[in-house]
Parts: sequence; C-alpha cells; structure tokens
Amino acid sequence: MTPNLNLWLIPVLPLIGAALNGLFGKRLTRQAVATVALAFSGAAFGVALFVATRFSTLQLPHIETVAQWIRAGNFRADFAFYLDQLSLVMLLVVTGVGFLIHIYSVGYMWEEGGFYRFFSYLNLFMFFMLTLVLANNYLVMFIGWEGVGLASYLLIGFFFLRDSAASAGKKAFIVNRVGDFGFLIALFLLIKHFGSLDFMQVFQQVSSLSPETAGAGLLTAIGLLLMVGAAGKSAQLPLYVWLPDAMEGPTPVSALIHAATMVTAGVYMVARSHVIFERAPIALTVVAIIGTLTALFAATIGIAQTDIKKVLAYSTISQLGYMFMACGVAAFSAAIFHLMTHAFFKGLLFLAAGSVIHAIGGEQDMRKMGGLKEKIPWTFWTMTAGTVAIAGIPPLAGFFSKDEILWRAYQASWAYWLIGLFTAFQTSFYMFRLWFMTFTGSYRGTTEEQPHAEHAGHGTHLGREQIVSRAGAYAPHGHGGIHESPRVMLVPLVILAVMSIVGGWIGIPGSMGGGNHFDKFLAPVFHTSTPSLNTQHATPGEVAPPEKQTEGPEPQTSRATELLFTGISVFAALLGFVLAAILYYLRPELPDEIAQALGGFYQAVLNKYYVDELYSILFVKPLVDGSRRILWHGVDQSVIDATLDDSADGARHISDTLRHMQSGNIRSYAGWVAAGAAAVIAYMVWMGAR
Amino acid sequence: MVPLSYYLVLSGILFACGVLGFLIKRNIITIFMSIELMLNGVNLSFVAFAAQWHALSGQVFVFFVMVVAAAEAAVGLAIIIAVYRTRETLNVDQVNLLKL
Amino acid sequence: MLHLALFLIFGAVCVAGAVNLLAQRHPINSALSLVVVMGSLAGEYLLLGAEFVAAVQVIVYAGAIMVLFVFVIMLLNAGEEERTRGSRIAVLFGIPGLLVGSVLIAWVLIAHSGTQPVPLGALPGPPREIAMLLFHDFLLPFEVTSVLVLIAIMGAVVLAARPEAVEHTKKEG
Repeated sequence: MTPNLNLWLIPVLPLIGAALNGLFGKRLTRQAVATVALAFSGAAFGVALFVATRFSTLQLPHIETVAQWIRAGNFRADFAFYLDQLSLVMLLVVTGVGFLIHIYSVGYMWEEGGFYRFFSYLNLFMFFMLTLVLANNYLVMFIGWEGVGLASYLLIGFFFLRDSAASAGKKAFIVNRVGDFGFLIALFLLIKHFGSLDFMQVFQQVSSLSPETAGAGLLTAIGLLLMVGAAGKSAQLPLYVWLPDAMEGPTPVSALIHAATMVTAGVYMVARSHVIFERAPIALTVVAIIGTLTALFAATIGIAQTDIKKVLAYSTISQLGYMFMACGVAAFSAAIFHLMTHAFFKGLLFLAAGSVIHAIGGEQDMRKMGGLKEKIPWTFWTMTAGTVAIAGIPPLAGFFSKDEILWRAYQASWAYWLIGLFTAFQTSFYMFRLWFMTFTGSYRGTTEEQPHAEHAGHGTHLGREQIVSRAGAYAPHGHGGIHESPRVMLVPLVILAVMSIVGGWIGIPGSMGGGNHFDKFLAPVFHTSTPSLNTQHATPGEVAPPEKQTEGPEPQTSRATELLFTGISVFAALLGFVLAAILYYLRPELPDEIAQALGGFYQAVLNKYYVDELYSILFVKPLVDGSRRILWHGVDQSVIDATLDDSADGARHISDTLRHMQSGNIRSYAGWVAAGAAAVIAYMVWMGAR
Repeated sequence: MVPLSYYLVLSGILFACGVLGFLIKRNIITIFMSIELMLNGVNLSFVAFAAQWHALSGQVFVFFVMVVAAAEAAVGLAIIIAVYRTRETLNVDQVNLLKL
Repeated sequence: MLHLALFLIFGAVCVAGAVNLLAQRHPINSALSLVVVMGSLAGEYLLLGAEFVAAVQVIVYAGAIMVLFVFVIMLLNAGEEERTRGSRIAVLFGIPGLLVGSVLIAWVLIAHSGTQPVPLGALPGPPREIAMLLFHDFLLPFEVTSVLVLIAIMGAVVLAARPEAVEHTKKEG
C-alpha cells in the first residue's frame, strides 16, 4: 500500500507563493510580501521534512502520478513525481538551503526596489527546481530544467535597467539554450529508440542492453547529448561563460541559483541517468574529462580575479567540475555528496560575501577591502568556516566529499587524481587569498569607519524605490560606516556554517572509521542496474542483488594507500593556505611583483583567457552581423517589408491611374460604355462564331 | 423586294448615329435626343425581324419600347430641368459632380 | 421595285435627319431633325406592314415626346452649344468602340438574316391582331408599363417642380 504523500505539494506551494507575490505583491507591504514568500518556501521545506520522516515506510521508488498529460499513440508522459534516495537528498538540499536563502534575502533586499518581484521570482525558481528534482520522466524534468533557466534569467537581470545585468541575463539564457538543444536531441533519441521518457521504463530497457565498449553507439550519443545539456546548465567547458556574468544578479540569487541548486541540476541529471552512462564508457570518459579540465581551468582563472563574487563564481565552476569528474568515474554518490556539501559551504560563502558587501556599502572589489575581521565578526567567523570547508581541511564537510572524489578518481586514472589535487591546491589558495584580502590587514576602502556593534532591526529604510542599484549589487545606504548585517541575514549564515562543519560527517569513509552512511543511503539508487521494484528491498541501505555491479561499495583494498592519499590532499590544502598567507598577509607587495613578472600570461588569466572575446568573434559577432545584414536588412526590410510596401505602392499607383476614369465627365463615361459594349459584343460574336 | 439586311443596315446606321451623338454633343438635351434616336433604330430592327419571322410579338415589343421611352423622356427631361435650375447650364461637361 | 424605291427614299430621309441632328449646333434644329427621322421611320414601318406601330410612332413619338423636347428647349432657353473642353476618352475610345461595335453588329445581322427578301407589307399588323396579343399574351407587361408610366408622371412632377411650389404644397398638406 503506497501511502500518498502528496508530493505535488512540494513544488506547488512555492508556485502559489510566487503567484500571490507576483499578482498582488505590488499592493502589499514588504512585511506581507516577505511573509508570503517565507511561508510558502518554508512550507515546502516542512513537507520535504515530513516526507523524509516517512521515507523508511515507503516502497521505493515511490511514484505519484498527479495528472495525465500526453497520450499520443504509444507514447505516454504524465505529470508524475518520483521519489527515491537520490531525489530525497536533492529535495532536502534544495528546500533547506532555499529556505535559508529566502530568509537571508528578506534582509538583503529590504531596501531594493521591486521587492515583491524578487520574491515572486525566487519562489518561482523553487517551484521549477523542485519539479526538476521530483520529476518522474525526462519531460517533466525538462519543464523544470527550462523553468530554472527562465528563473535564472529573470533573477540575473533583476536590476533590469542596468545594461550589464540585462545582457548577463540574456547571456545566461542563450548559453543555457545551447545546452538545452543537446538535451532535447537526447530526449528525441530516447523517444525514438525506447518509446518513452519515463525513468523506470527507459532505465529498464537500457539495462537490458550491453555496454558499448566496442565503440560509440546509441547510448553514447544519448550520453554525450545529455552531457551537452548538463554542461550548459552546470557551467562546464565550453558553456561556462554565463556563470561569471551571472554575478550581476543580487547576491542571494548567486547563492541559491548559481551555487547551491540550479547549477547542480546538471549533476543531478547525469546521476539520475547513470544507467545510460554506465553502459556508454566513452560518454562517461568524456564527462570525466570535461569535469576535470573545467575544474582546473576555472581554478586558474579564479586565482587572478579581484571581484569577490567573481572569485566565488569561478570557484563554483571549478567545484562543479569536481562533481562531473566524480560522475565520470562512476562515483555518482560521491558526486552527490559533494553536491550537498558544496551547497552548504558555497551558499554560505556567497551569503557571507553578500554580508561583507552590505557591510562596506556596496563595494565588491577585494583590493578595496581588508581589516574587516573585527568590524563584522559574525560574518568573519561564518565565512571562515566556509573557506576552510571548501579548501578541504578536515574535519569540515568539504574535506570528506572532495577527498572521496579524489580517491575514486585515482582508481580510474592517476591523471584525474593529479589534476584534481592540483586544483584542490589552487582552490585552497584562492579561497584563502580571498579570506586574507577581505578580512586581514588594514582597510583599503573608502567607506568611513565607524565601528558599530552589530545591530538588528536594520531594515527600516523604506521609501527609496530605486530599481537600479548603483554600486555593485547593493545600494549604498549611507548608514555611516562598516557595520554588521542584521540578524535576519546572520542567522542563515550561522546555520549554513554549522552545516558546513558537520555536514560531511555522514559521509566519513570506512578508512577513517566512519560508516559512510551517505554512500550506503544512496546505494540502492546507484548500485543496481535496474531500480528495485520489490517490496523486500524497501529499506534503504540494502543492496538488491544486481545483475551487474557497476558501482560497488568502496574497495576495501589498500586502506593505507587511501589514508596516504588523504594526507596528500590535506597537505595540498595547507600548502595553499600557507602560500596565500605569504602573498597576502605577510608580504602583500609580492603579488604585484609576480603579476608583473608573469606579464602577458598574468594578463591572459586576468582576462579569463579571452574566452568571451573568442566566443564573441566566433559566434556572437557573425550571428549578430548576419542577423542584421541578412535577416534584418536583407529579408525583413528588403523582402517582407518591401513586398508589402511595394504592393501597397503598386496598388496606389494603379488606383492613381484608374482614378482618372472617374472624372465626372459624362461623355467620357459614355465613351467607356461604348468601348466596353464593343468588347462584349466582339466576345459574343467570337464565341458564336466558334 | 427589299432584303431584310437593308432594314438592318438602316437600323444600324441610326443606332450608330445615336451613339455618336451621345459621345460628341455637349448639350444635355441633344444627348437625350440621341438616346431617342438609338431607341428608334432598335425599334426598326425589331419590326424588321418580326416581319421576317412572322412573329407579331415583335411589333408588340416595339409598342412597349415606345411606352418606356415616353416615360423615360418625361422623367429625364424633368431631371434636366432640375439640374438646369441648380447649375444654370446645359453643358454636360459642367455637370461633373460625379467626379471623385 | 416600288418597294425598293420607297425604302430608299424613306431611308435616305431618315439618315439625313440623323446626320443633321449631329451636325446642328442649336438643339431646336436637332429636335426638328429628330421629328423628321421619326416621321420617315413611320414610313418604313408601313412598308413592313406594321400599321399600328407606324401610327403609334407618329402619334406618341413624334407627336408627344418630341413636343415635350421642344417645350423643354423653349423653357430652358437653350442656346447654341458652346465649345467646352471635351472628353478625350470619349473620342479616343468611344468612336473606335462605336465603329467596331456597329461593324460587328451589322456583320452578324447580315450574316444571319437569311436571303429571303421581305415583301411589301410583309407582316400586317392591324390593331386587332396587336390587341389580341397585347391583352392576352402580354397582359402583365402591359399592366406593368402602365404602372411605370404612372411612376414616371409622379417623378416628373416632383423633379421638375419649383422648390417654393413644393413647400407650398407641403404647408397646405
């Protein structure tokens, strides 16, 4: 007996919130708008928790069909939700972190214009993301997929009067679209060859196929195309260019969408489609290579950036690369583990960065920060937690997840491990660089220093309905000086900091004495070839007898080797810390000297290897020029408009000529009549003569 | 013995003169008289054909044509008078209110 | 022989009258030429044996309608035609059209008229026979034309009445 958990409530509640705020928000007070938004997203989180508590009683996978959708011949697609361990993890992460960010946003966006619009979009995003995560078939997932792209566009371009923001939103959407194209073709292939987009049906059929080890085949094609979609959504090479620009949006948006949830949709999708990928080794290798290269590439760019949010953006791209690397070596649960911990510490980092920006009145350039440690202590400590977590220093969350990825990567190929290790070193370096530049030393900025104790009740600055914010993402409100953020912004920071510290402990590997509960929890999803359908395997953690073990539990061999590698990665992280300390704390004049010495190379890194410029030349310029010259001038003006204009002109000319017939002169009328009569008579005579 | 065609040629000449007068003349009344001339030409051909085919209804039709011509003449002349009152001219070129 | 001669005489007078109608500048002259045409046409009808039609032609056409014309010419004091800007179209299209039309008609009529010559008084049309047709077979058109005449009378009265006369009758009525 499958209990009906009303899974549909989870996406629909934020949708209602979005509708309420969107339709009526303009007339409501800020308090009312905030209440609506928090209530509905909190309710979604509540339902998710409820589902979690009931999880053990469910027969998995738990499917709830809400409504019929498409019935076309043999093809069926319904609005249905799919719950198993994987979607439960994603669900809790999305609703939990999402709710916290909603709370934070109330404080952060309090003085911005378009307050109701922001929360409407944010709730809308939650709806789409939850649809994506809970989907039962690729089509419903695609709805969510597209929808989060839309929400991302709306939120990136939230300050739409600013040119750069509007362009960034467009860029995000268009690059996403390129990925979606690949995704769609994959869907078409699935429909054509498997007749369905339903997860259960597709995976059942796929698992009866043999792996394509001999060469590229259908599954490889599908896998590669799915990866194209994932690369677009999750900002991997070569479709990552939109994410740094997406920092134009308000900081909570960067936290929620471009760190914790939307960009992880690609990872989720690949993990969900693991059945396909496991039978297409070529595709899997491509995934791993893309992930690894992206991780390295983005980390190198992050080292040189001066905008605090851009550093975090490139860091996100890099960490997503890790997740794809993990997927590529078939360590799917490791990827999801890192996804979860990353949501905690990257969300925390972004929110804390927003707090810093708020504190110093809108400045985002790290060269103008410094010495903020004493002035904004809560922000400082939470951000420290996040930084240590991402650097991968035990016992914080990032260490466990990243380490597991590196270990599994090593078992596939030492090349992955080496690049991953080097990237981990760089991650630690640039994160601590950020940390040192922001909090230590002396303040290099221009805001007057008036040490405030952290105070609550911050948000009483109503009455300035400006939509465009001037400096950075947050309007300087001239409070007078550097001050701590209000409690409504600090509480989520603290909660996320706690999660960043303890969140990894559910995944402590066996080699360190833990039970690796996380891996065991996700085992039924990833360890079996077909999804378990029997009631006997209802409890999570039990491994159903698989036909073929594709991802086994961690090999028990060489525990000592594993500990050795762990030690090496910790060493790399500490090395990064030390280097950052030297360059940015002890000897702050060194970085400039190094930059000068490296000259052109440094410039290239600073300018993101000119990839945007390259894309501009290769794709954007030809497209825009072609659009203007061929489509606009050539087709629209010269053909379509010209046809209409010319036919109108022609009609006018003809009528101008014919007008002369209507002269009012009776005799000319008579003349026409005579001529016409003669013509008719001639015709009749001719007909008669035939 | 006159062949029928002679009558028809005469009828045609009358008709053609009527049309020509309609086209050339400037005085409204004269134009109207050209119309009458046309009708007369047609009448002649009716009677001629009636004679050829021994159908008396041809002559009856001529009778009707005359009645209608009379009615038309009455009304037409009334119109001419009305137009003359407003326009003060009988020159058809100056009655050009039909112009667009 | 006599038939042909009479036909030609009457025909010539007819055509001469028609041409004169075109040639004259004063409308009264044109009216009088038209009377001549009608008279000669009556002669032609007689040659074809249509006695009733000929009589009606003289009485109604020449005697009533043309009188009407003459009265109107007199009433409106129509003078000689002035030279005004004519219509190019009428000359350019009308006359060739006319020529083409008449030639075609003539050709058709002659081609299909048969070779039988029409004898003198070919189809007698005494009033009795006409009446038989008129009041038996063509009764409906007869009645309709009588209504038409009635309408024409009313129309003529209304159209030609002087404006103050109309208002006068309105006030009285």
